[in-house]
Amino acid sequence: MSAPAPSMFTPAAKAMAEKLGLKKGRANLEEFADTLQALSTADRNLVAVTSDSRGSGKLAPFGKALPQQIVEVGIAEQNLVGITAGLAACGKKAFGVSPSCFLTARSLEQIKNDVCYSNVPAVLVGISSGVSYGALGSTHHSLHDLAVLRAIHNLTILVPADNFETREAIRYAATATRPVFVRFGKAAMFDVTPAGAKFEVGKALTLREGRDVAFIANGETVVHAVLAAAALAAQGVSARVLSLHTVKPLDTAAVLAAGRECRAVVTVEEHMVAGGVGEAVASTLLQAGLAPRFKMVGFPDEDTVTGAQADLFRHYGISMEGLAATALALLQR
Amino acid sequence: MTDRDLALKSFALRRRMLRLIHEAGAGHTGGGLSCLDILNLLYNRVLRVSPETAGSPARDRYVQSKGHCVEALYAVMSDRGYFPESDLNTVCHYQSYYVGHPTRKIRGMEMNTGALGHGLPICLGMALAAKMDGAAYRVFTLLGDGELAEGSNWEAAMAAAHYKLDNLVAILDHNTLQITGHTRDVMSNEPLDEKWRAFGWEVRSVNGHDYAQLSAALTTPPPAGKPLFIIANTVKGKGVSFMENVGKWHHGVPTDAELAQALAELDVAEKRFQEASA
Repeated sequence: MSAPAPSMFTPAAKAMAEKLGLKKGRANLEEFADTLQALSTADRNLVAVTSDSRGSGKLAPFGKALPQQIVEVGIAEQNLVGITAGLAACGKKAFGVSPSCFLTARSLEQIKNDVCYSNVPAVLVGISSGVSYGALGSTHHSLHDLAVLRAIHNLTILVPADNFETREAIRYAATATRPVFVRFGKAAMFDVTPAGAKFEVGKALTLREGRDVAFIANGETVVHAVLAAAALAAQGVSARVLSLHTVKPLDTAAVLAAGRECRAVVTVEEHMVAGGVGEAVASTLLQAGLAPRFKMVGFPDEDTVTGAQADLFRHYGISMEGLAATALALLQR
Repeated sequence: MTDRDLALKSFALRRRMLRLIHEAGAGHTGGGLSCLDILNLLYNRVLRVSPETAGSPARDRYVQSKGHCVEALYAVMSDRGYFPESDLNTVCHYQSYYVGHPTRKIRGMEMNTGALGHGLPICLGMALAAKMDGAAYRVFTLLGDGELAEGSNWEAAMAAAHYKLDNLVAILDHNTLQITGHTRDVMSNEPLDEKWRAFGWEVRSVNGHDYAQLSAALTTPPPAGKPLFIIANTVKGKGVSFMENVGKWHHGVPTDAELAQALAELDVAEKRFQEASA
C-alpha cells in the first residue's frame, strides 16, 4: 500500500477555505483538456500536437473524439515544437502540448526561433508545470520555464490560477494571432475568482483588496495567498491579493499600484525566484522609484528537497501559514 | 525556362551573390555557391510560387534549413522579383531588413531559420497541414551536411515516414564540407542513402549542379506515401576555381582582388558555356 498523497492544505487552511466559501474545482489540467476539446469540436481547424503526452495531458478523450485533429510525434519535443510551428504557419490553430519541464528545456531553441522569432500563432501548453510531478525529482520540475521564456521576445505567457482562468486562457490562446505559452499543474484547485470577474490578458485580477501587504501570486500558489490574506485579516492586517496570470506582458499598473498603496509586497510563485515573477515585479517597482518592503517566495537556488508538490510547497513556505508568517515578519521588520 | 536558360542564369546569380557578400562584408560563400543551382531550379521551375502569390494558401512552401546560405537565396529571390535588386546592397547593414539568415520580414520568406536542424520539423508541420486541408501544395527544405548531426532531423525523418508525407521533399546540399573540415572527419554521416531509406524515405542521388538530373529528381513524384530525400552532390565554392572545395571559403569574404578574379572567371565560363551550348 502506498502512502496517501499529502494534502496541500492544513486542517486550518481547509477550515479557512470553507469559511471563505471557496469551492473545490478540479485540476486545471482537466479544465484545459475539456476546453480544448470543446473548442476543437467547434473549430475543425484546431489541432493538438502531443509527444506521447496525450495521457499526461488528459487528451485521450480528445484523441478518440477528434482523431483527425491530433498529431502524435512520439517522445520528440524538438519535433513537437517545429511541427506545431509549421502547422501554425500554414493556417492551422496548433496547440503543442507537453510537460513543461521537457517542452521549455529540450525544445527551447524551437520555441525561440520557430515560434517566437518566426512569429507564428502557435500555442504551447506546458502541462504539469512547476513541481507538479513532486517526488519524481528535478528532471520533471519546471522551475526554470518562466525565466527562460521571459527572456524571449514575442511570447505571451499565461499562468492561470484556477479553472476559470485556465478556461479563459485557453480560449484566448485559440484566438491569438501571436505566440502564446500557457502553463498549469494537475492538482485539484479551489475556485478563487469571484463570480462575474473578467479575464483580460495583461491585466492582473484583484482577488482581495488590502493596504498593508500585497501578495502578487500566480498559478497554483494563488489560493494559498488568498487563504493567507484571510488569516491575516483575523489579526488586523489588511492584505491585497493579485492573481498575476499574465507574466508577459506584465500588468505594470497593478504592480505599481500595489507598490504605492501597500507597505509591503510579497511575490509568490511555483518557480525558482531567479528570473521569475518576483524579479519581474521587483524590477518594475524599482524602476518606478518604489521600494516597499519586499519578499520573493518561491523556490531558492538549491537542490530541491524530495517530496510531493504539497510537501515542497509547505517546505518553501507556499502555504496559508507560511505566507501569513512571511507577511507579518516583513511588516514588523 | 530550359536547362540551358537556367545554366546561363546561374552565372549572373553567382556574380550577384559574390558581389553582395563582398558588399555586406560577411556571408557564406562556399555553401552559397554549392546550393545556388538548386535554388535557381527551385524558384525558376519547380516551386509553384511567385511574388504575386506570396500570401496564397495554395503556394508551395520552401524553408531553407541551412539558413546561413541566405545570400544565394537573396540573389535568386531578387532575380525572381520578390524585392528590388538594389535592396541587396543593404544586406547585414545597420537597420536593414536583410539579415544574415532568412527572416519573414522579406516577402516570400516562409520562416526565420539559421539555427540548424529546424527546417525539417517545420516542413513536416507544413506538409501535415496540407494533408489535413486536402491541399495540393508541396513543401521543400534544403539541408546541409554538417546540419545532419542535429538530432532533430532524425526525429523528423521518423515522423515524416510515419505520417506518409509524400508532399515533403528534403534536399541535401551534399558538398561534404562543414566549417571545421570534411564532414567525414567531423561527424561522419554516411551511408546517407541507406540511412534515409531505412527511415522510410524515397532517396535519389543526383549531381546538384546538373539541371536536368536535379529537375527530374524533384519533379518525378515519389511512390505514394513516401517522403522524398534528394542527395544533391555538390561542390562547395562551385564555379570559382580558388574557392572550390577549400574550407576557408565556408564563410570567407572575398577581397576586392579576389572578387574581381572570381567575377572574371565566371565571365569566361559563361562565354564558354554560351559557345558550347549554342
